[in-house]
Amino acid sequence: MNPVPQPAERPAWSLRLGDALLELRAFIALAVIVVIFASLSDTFLTGSNMITMTRHVAVNAILALGMLLVILTGGIDLSVGSIVGLSGIVAGVLLQGWEIPSFNVILYPQVWAVVVVSLVVGTVVGAINGVLITRFKVAPFIATLGMLYVARGTALLISNGATFPRLGGAPELGNTGFRWLGTGRVIGVPVSIWIMVVFAVAIWVLIRKMPFGRWLYATGGNERAASLSGVPVRTVTLRVYMISGLCAAMVGLIIASELTSAAPQTGETFELNAIAAVVIGGASLAGGRGTVRGALVGAFVIGFLSDGLVMVGVSTFWQVVIKGAVIVLAVMLDQGQQRLKRSRAAAAAAATVRHDGPPSRTSTPVAA
Amino acid sequence: MTAATTSQAPVWTAGDVVLVAEDVSKVYGGTHALRGVDFSARAGAVTAVFGENGAGKSTLMKILAGVERPTTGSLHVFGEEVAFASPVEAVERGVVIIHQELNLCPNLSVTDNVFLGRELRRRGAVDEGAERTAAIALLERLEERIDPSAPVGDLRLGQQQVVEIARAISLEARVLIMDEPTSALSNAEVEVLFRVIRELTSAGVAIVYISHHLEEALEIADDVVVLRDGALVAEAKAADVDLAWVVANMVGRNPDDLYPELGAEKGEVLLEVRGVSVADPANPGRLAVADLDLTVHAGEIVCLYGLMGAGRTELLEALAGRLPVSAGAVLVDGEDLTTATIGQRIDRGLALVPEDRQRDGLVQTMTVGDNMSLASIRSYLRGAFVSNPAEAKAVKRTISDVTVKTSGPGAPIGSLSGGNQQKVVIGKILLTEPRVLLLDEPTRGIDVGAKADIFTLMAAQARAGLAVLFATSELGEALNASDRVLVLHRGRVVREFDPRTTSKEDLMAASDDAASPEPADDTDGASA
Repeated sequence: MNPVPQPAERPAWSLRLGDALLELRAFIALAVIVVIFASLSDTFLTGSNMITMTRHVAVNAILALGMLLVILTGGIDLSVGSIVGLSGIVAGVLLQGWEIPSFNVILYPQVWAVVVVSLVVGTVVGAINGVLITRFKVAPFIATLGMLYVARGTALLISNGATFPRLGGAPELGNTGFRWLGTGRVIGVPVSIWIMVVFAVAIWVLIRKMPFGRWLYATGGNERAASLSGVPVRTVTLRVYMISGLCAAMVGLIIASELTSAAPQTGETFELNAIAAVVIGGASLAGGRGTVRGALVGAFVIGFLSDGLVMVGVSTFWQVVIKGAVIVLAVMLDQGQQRLKRSRAAAAAAATVRHDGPPSRTSTPVAA
Repeated sequence: MTAATTSQAPVWTAGDVVLVAEDVSKVYGGTHALRGVDFSARAGAVTAVFGENGAGKSTLMKILAGVERPTTGSLHVFGEEVAFASPVEAVERGVVIIHQELNLCPNLSVTDNVFLGRELRRRGAVDEGAERTAAIALLERLEERIDPSAPVGDLRLGQQQVVEIARAISLEARVLIMDEPTSALSNAEVEVLFRVIRELTSAGVAIVYISHHLEEALEIADDVVVLRDGALVAEAKAADVDLAWVVANMVGRNPDDLYPELGAEKGEVLLEVRGVSVADPANPGRLAVADLDLTVHAGEIVCLYGLMGAGRTELLEALAGRLPVSAGAVLVDGEDLTTATIGQRIDRGLALVPEDRQRDGLVQTMTVGDNMSLASIRSYLRGAFVSNPAEAKAVKRTISDVTVKTSGPGAPIGSLSGGNQQKVVIGKILLTEPRVLLLDEPTRGIDVGAKADIFTLMAAQARAGLAVLFATSELGEALNASDRVLVLHRGRVVREFDPRTTSKEDLMAASDDAASPEPADDTDGASA
């Protein structure tokens, strides 16, 4: 290799190591969490505990995947927690039997139909968010804040504030099997973890392999430039909120299935955990920056941290404080990395000022 | 150094060098805005700074005024070395800048604006009486009849400029930097401004004056410096030089070398604009483009020349689908695209390279390659997925076609210089295989070499059979880079020129003539 002059005093390998550490900070945070809790608790690293914790993570991770797309456009979806509750209630109503008084019948739909209807409800709620934002120009924060209340209120209205218990179905009605979503296993791994994996792969393919993904990053990075490049910005934005609604509805089903009951209060403040996961994973709330990998790691950091703190017996109140501090710390590190990148680019360019000399200088007037 | 105080120091008399920038460099991202500039300004004199767009004038002024910090080099004000952390610190030393875009709050009164941020107080409350008295005195000194209680938004731009100057005077400016102060002024207002400037210099204020209006600036200047590509390339007494000297040093080479051979074979009409009107997005009661007709043939390069506010940008944005057309029709190769979306227009071969590449052209969070393929991403599909090899091939080819200097398609877009960023935007549009290429001020803020490259590209596209329509406010570009010049004024094509038989004076007169009857209607003041 040719010797390359180094503008900085620090050796290149240390710069690269620093970069790598910053780049992988979410992974490192996760590793630190695992090491700390493994040393404090004998059971933390066991396979069964890992699976239990990952099941907890899956719920937040699926929400975070939808939230990631929204945040990539520069938006925010505060309604996902309420959609979780609503979708669970819809599933509860349908599984317990949907009374249609005017026909004097009670409908017991098949489980697959229940799942589809619940997912559609979540998607439609997301679509309403999207229409409010793209058509009526309501700021995403406001539109989804409104939906946070409306969706929660709707769940309470449908259920009349009550919980639907015993969603296992009855063999004579042919609607058993709902429990499989939350408690079943495939090759020894819980179904909810498989669902997380499927959602993650699907969304990764969507945003890394399809034009939609490029449009999404462009919309979040610079909406004006994207639209002038022919990107259907409105459609992209609408779809993103629909996907977020779909993810939330899926989570609602998983939780209802795990508990075999549906409560209208389910999912309160889930939106905040999802946002936190996306942000810890390095996404920018301004849009245009963030990855599926980051959002997943962020969800694992939050999930393992919460469960770990419970296992080593830290008080609930301290858990909340620590979680908040971790979120802010992650964002501070992220900002630091961005600044470092910029100042290093400037320094590198400054170092070349002397090499490509300025144009020649005339101190006497050129002939008129 | 010496114990020069920050208050009014009588030791500094007219002719003394009061402001010095030594070996100042400034780097933005990967771009050198300034390279080792030595600059000075004298008390009681006007120093005019000339340079093309992107030569570094505004950057130098921002550094002098503490808005930006130099990457290397030092500043000396009244003999003391200073490192301004903010414009406020510069103001404390008596260095005040009036920006090209006025920094006034349109909702506040003249008095409020003059004293904004350092309100006169009495017992903690704003002393409105004292402020008003002081404001009246300032305006009288400037001989402008402006109501000190009028909201600034109601004033004409020229009067707003005077308010900015009044504010600067009230700050006891001893070095006043004016960035393009006349760009929005009528001739009468320029005279008022010049009178004020002379009054200030006779009081010992050092003025640093930047303008694109070269003759005007030469008239008021005592000293002249020329910047080119971020370096200070020439300095002289204004009395010793003329316009030709300034232009020669600004361009740095024979201006004709900038422009390529034109004269591609003219084909069918590709773009036809019939009676198009466009509402002014900033002021919906006004038409930015009014009942405008034009055609562009295949192989032809047509220039839209006009002053600021003539409707160039609005017309091009309406053609591209960004702004709605309120009347008329837009046809590409006979097909009516008046109501088509931006995407549909791009599919039919009508695409715009926007004026402001940072705001409208580039996605800063994406790489060079991703920016380039953004508009044409659907052409690289294999099934539902983007084919990476196909995309990479197209991007690589275009990077070399439009001669972008970059470390590779994976480089962040911010690491490129302005000229190379502009080439990426043009490359992005060319990848959509347009038939009609619209460019709005394609050479704004880029260096001379990149300008030549861009004109060469435009000529090559015309030879390949594209219809090219570009807007500019630079006479040289209008006359040397086009086959036909349309002069735009108040949203209408007022004259058409053959650039081969037209002089700069003719063209300037055509746009100035049209611009002179200004106070005719009061809706125009804000649009000037």
